Amino acid sequence: MNWQLIIDSLPKLLSGMAVTIELTVMSVILGLLLAIPTALALRSKNLLLNWPATGFVFYFRGTPLLVQLFLVYFGSGQFREALDAIGLWQYFRNAWFCAILTLTLNTAAYTAEIFRGALQAVPRGEIEAGKAFGMSKWMLFKRVQLPKAFRIALPAYGNEVVFLLQATSLVSAITVIDLTGAADLIRSKTFAVYEMYLSAAVLYLILTYGLVYLFRVLEKRMNAYQIRPT
Amino acid sequence: MLDLQGYGWLLLQGLQMTILVGICAMMMAVLFGLLGAWGKFSPSKLANWAANTYTTVVRGVPELILLLLVYYGVPKLIQDAAAAIGYEIRVDLNPFVAGFITIGFIYGAFCTEVLRGAFLSVPRGQMEAARAIGMSKILAFRRVQFPLAMRMALPGLGNVWMVLIKATALISLIQLDELLRNAKVAAQATREPFTFYFTASLMFLAITLVSMIVLKRAERWSRKGIREAV
Repeated sequence: MNWQLIIDSLPKLLSGMAVTIELTVMSVILGLLLAIPTALALRSKNLLLNWPATGFVFYFRGTPLLVQLFLVYFGSGQFREALDAIGLWQYFRNAWFCAILTLTLNTAAYTAEIFRGALQAVPRGEIEAGKAFGMSKWMLFKRVQLPKAFRIALPAYGNEVVFLLQATSLVSAITVIDLTGAADLIRSKTFAVYEMYLSAAVLYLILTYGLVYLFRVLEKRMNAYQIRPT
Repeated sequence: MLDLQGYGWLLLQGLQMTILVGICAMMMAVLFGLLGAWGKFSPSKLANWAANTYTTVVRGVPELILLLLVYYGVPKLIQDAAAAIGYEIRVDLNPFVAGFITIGFIYGAFCTEVLRGAFLSVPRGQMEAARAIGMSKILAFRRVQFPLAMRMALPGLGNVWMVLIKATALISLIQLDELLRNAKVAAQATREPFTFYFTASLMFLAITLVSMIVLKRAERWSRKGIREAV
């Protein structure tokens, strides 16, 4: 073990780690925004809403993320002229944009499925109570269904976010320098195989269990009303 | 629609390799899972600690990091060890072997949790009955505890398989000629990346679909002796 090398390359690893965190946070937020309407579409009886949502979720859950990344980043090159014509090529040639786009779509599909189940699990009585109060459909959704579903979904959603954090490591395959990319870059220059990958592994472990802890705190807070006074 | 320009056979060869490496990895994962579950149940503190560290660390580090660590790290470790005793050798790991062992090792951690839960759910009385009629511990394990636990574990192991087969796409990054890598070769030769990555993704989707059907049947078969709750 070459400790000096690890210390010397720490700034680069940490800036890679910042990219990892940035990618995770952005795609979690965007994915959640996309997942909620998708979950509603999954539950809708309107085939025009239900079919596309089901297809979207099935495709993104049934294929590997790495293939999806390649499809968006390399595959978009096949439609360069068409994308250029509508002014989108400048985005698709940017690996960072492709990474965010793919990660968002991917996590949205998994999250939508989680929320679909959670919305289904909202107790009937709570919805009936809301209706009895004269709440409109939208208010009922906003004040009763969504908050309750979020509480039900939280443990599974936490797992999904942890998976997403680890999945961001794949963006190094489309030239984004995240934590894995930074470790790989230094490894290829210095041949310090275990120093680099083990340091990256330790940093990922810290991120993962930090996130797990965060979700545990969040769960405790959101379900505080369930804790019995002792 | 999708003109493969004669590269279809290359993709099919890749598909074959993906399934082969997936099956090998799954067998490895169940093996590691059994070992891990045994470690978690063992009265030995050391085995306990080892199994807990195994599941905690593996689930907290991205697959890609572990894969690269094994693929580049193990040969270097052997070379360094040989150099220390005065030999100069060059070792290259076969990507197939490195790939399925690493993926098996990672998903073994998930199998550990599945199998642990399955063994816990075998009713105590079953084992007591088997011992009472004079079966030895090993015979009772083989004829009673193991088959019952496997029935409980089947849905969970099925889920692990669905995630594992998608994770094998990562092995393309260490140059194994599986589906994604062959799609890349074809994409570069024809300059039609979208066509080939999309076809590859449809093949992964087909694996997912077939697995879902087979698993459903297997579950029904394994539950033959159980009366369904109405």
